[in-house]
Amino acid sequence: MGRITLENVTKRFGDVEVIPPLNLDIDDGEFVVFVGPSGCGKSTLLRLIAGLEDTSGGRILIDGQDATETPPAKRGLAMVFQSYALYPHMSVRKNIAFPMRMASVPQDEQDRRIEAAAKALNLTDYLDRKPGQLSGGQRQRVAIGRAIVREPSAFLFDEPLSNLDAALRVGMRLEISELHNRLKTTMVYVTHDQVEAMTMADKIVVLRAGHIEQVGSPMELYRAPKNLFVAGFIGSPKMNLLSGPAAAEYGAETIGIRPEHIGVSATTGTWQGRVGVSEHLGSDTFFYVEGTGLAETITVRAGGDIDLHHGDTVFLTPDTAQMHRFDAAGDRIAAPI
Amino acid sequence: MARASSTRSKIGYTIAAWAVALTLFFPILYTIITSLKTEQEAISGFSLIPSFTWSSFEAVQTQNDYWKPFTNSVILAVGSTILALIVAIPAAWAMAFSPTKHTKNILMWMLSTKMMPAVAVLVPIYLIFLRTGLMDTRIGLTVMLMLINLPIVVWMLYTYFREIPGEILEAARMDGAGLRDEILYVLTPMAIPGIASTMLLNVILAWNEAFWTIQLTTTNAAPLSAFIASFSSPQGLFWAKLSAASVMAIAPILIMGWFSQKQLVRGLTFGAVK
Repeated sequence: MGRITLENVTKRFGDVEVIPPLNLDIDDGEFVVFVGPSGCGKSTLLRLIAGLEDTSGGRILIDGQDATETPPAKRGLAMVFQSYALYPHMSVRKNIAFPMRMASVPQDEQDRRIEAAAKALNLTDYLDRKPGQLSGGQRQRVAIGRAIVREPSAFLFDEPLSNLDAALRVGMRLEISELHNRLKTTMVYVTHDQVEAMTMADKIVVLRAGHIEQVGSPMELYRAPKNLFVAGFIGSPKMNLLSGPAAAEYGAETIGIRPEHIGVSATTGTWQGRVGVSEHLGSDTFFYVEGTGLAETITVRAGGDIDLHHGDTVFLTPDTAQMHRFDAAGDRIAAPI
Repeated sequence: MARASSTRSKIGYTIAAWAVALTLFFPILYTIITSLKTEQEAISGFSLIPSFTWSSFEAVQTQNDYWKPFTNSVILAVGSTILALIVAIPAAWAMAFSPTKHTKNILMWMLSTKMMPAVAVLVPIYLIFLRTGLMDTRIGLTVMLMLINLPIVVWMLYTYFREIPGEILEAARMDGAGLRDEILYVLTPMAIPGIASTMLLNVILAWNEAFWTIQLTTTNAAPLSAFIASFSSPQGLFWAKLSAASVMAIAPILIMGWFSQKQLVRGLTFGAVK
């Protein structure tokens, strides 16, 4: 079991309130991602759940039990740190065995679990090495192995991939997702990378300044962002946000339209503009258009074989069914256009 | 041109370094030379060539018992160091990993006790020792040496502990380690180079401590520092014997320091974090 409930949890550092009263339910077996810009309190929230930080108010329930005052060692959670946090003086085997040693697991059971974890994580050949002799990806796998053998009720990941290079990050992302599919254990994952959030999560929690801006599945957040912040944060490239007359036309203070929801034509369309920079990715082309009478540059996603050049005139037509409208406060206008 | 001038400056630095090193080492060297002279030679003025006689060493050995103060020195130095570590490791751990806003003040206050001349507290300490029966006992002096070196031991350990990434200790906590396990299995092994150099320095400081060891001992607990002092007697100085006693007193610590050089420099934390 791994059900985590936060009830009015707050955290203050001195006079600074980092987390205002916050409520959140994490279901058993869920993969929840906390995402937000740096300084939004996502790591602090994870550390509160872990017990590495004391709450300033509110309650944390793990499987229905009040764990607010429980020390980290007794919460039954495992954590993977950004810096891996391996024990440098111990071999990989001893690193992985450490939590079981602390829990006085019998030696033969320890060996069995180490072998299983090492096999699952491709670490069998490295068990007798020290962390200093491993690559970044291998070290991160040892950290994950150390978490698995505890058989925790939930895993906590604190930006585990941000020290890895891009190619390795994609690989590890898949490995962690596969691990979740296999173990079906609750995972709480902190990242500032919205791509990680979108690809891995069952449920994304978007945070800003300690506030939860929106909670939902990746596609809910993509299709119906609750406000401008979420709209701008989820999706890559970013959603185009237009204000002024272009928005007023649709009865909104700001309108949002994703680059993939804009039609391109050489002859006719809603907005006219001039092509600026084009980015060719092979499968797709992103180009940036300076629209006539529009204050903001519009990003458009088109097919890989589109033939447009710097300075060309284009006509853009937003797909109104996919358009997002926001009021003066930045909140979503729910009514259809 | 550039290469020639850099070679020249390298030679210059090398000469300067040797000059400084030899100047610092000269008193020890001259003590060793003097210990190999006869008393006659020793008082007859400056000379770097001794007659290589072991008579002073023999005299020191036969007239005064060397082994008793030696044993005392070992017990005091090792005992006070172990005692200091037992007190200082938890203290430094607390200050390094759970600092409060007063941690820096406490550290400064501890260090400030070292700024006071020892003689300022001689009378109260002397009276305490006298009344509690600790005068001229090994246990009393061990505690005294531990106390006077404690600020430095805490400071050094604090500095070493600060270099250990806190996340590793947090990982241990998440892995189910209690406070004792965390200090015993994670912090201490990682801090071994730091603890070793702190130990060595404290042993040296305790070994060479002369003020309290001379004030608070007579015969039973007197270590080598008091043993040397006993040669500067009012009947007249015996330079060669004094030097021989000094050489015998510093030799053990000099040899120990020489052999433990390498262990002290080696870092263990490599590879723990990125």
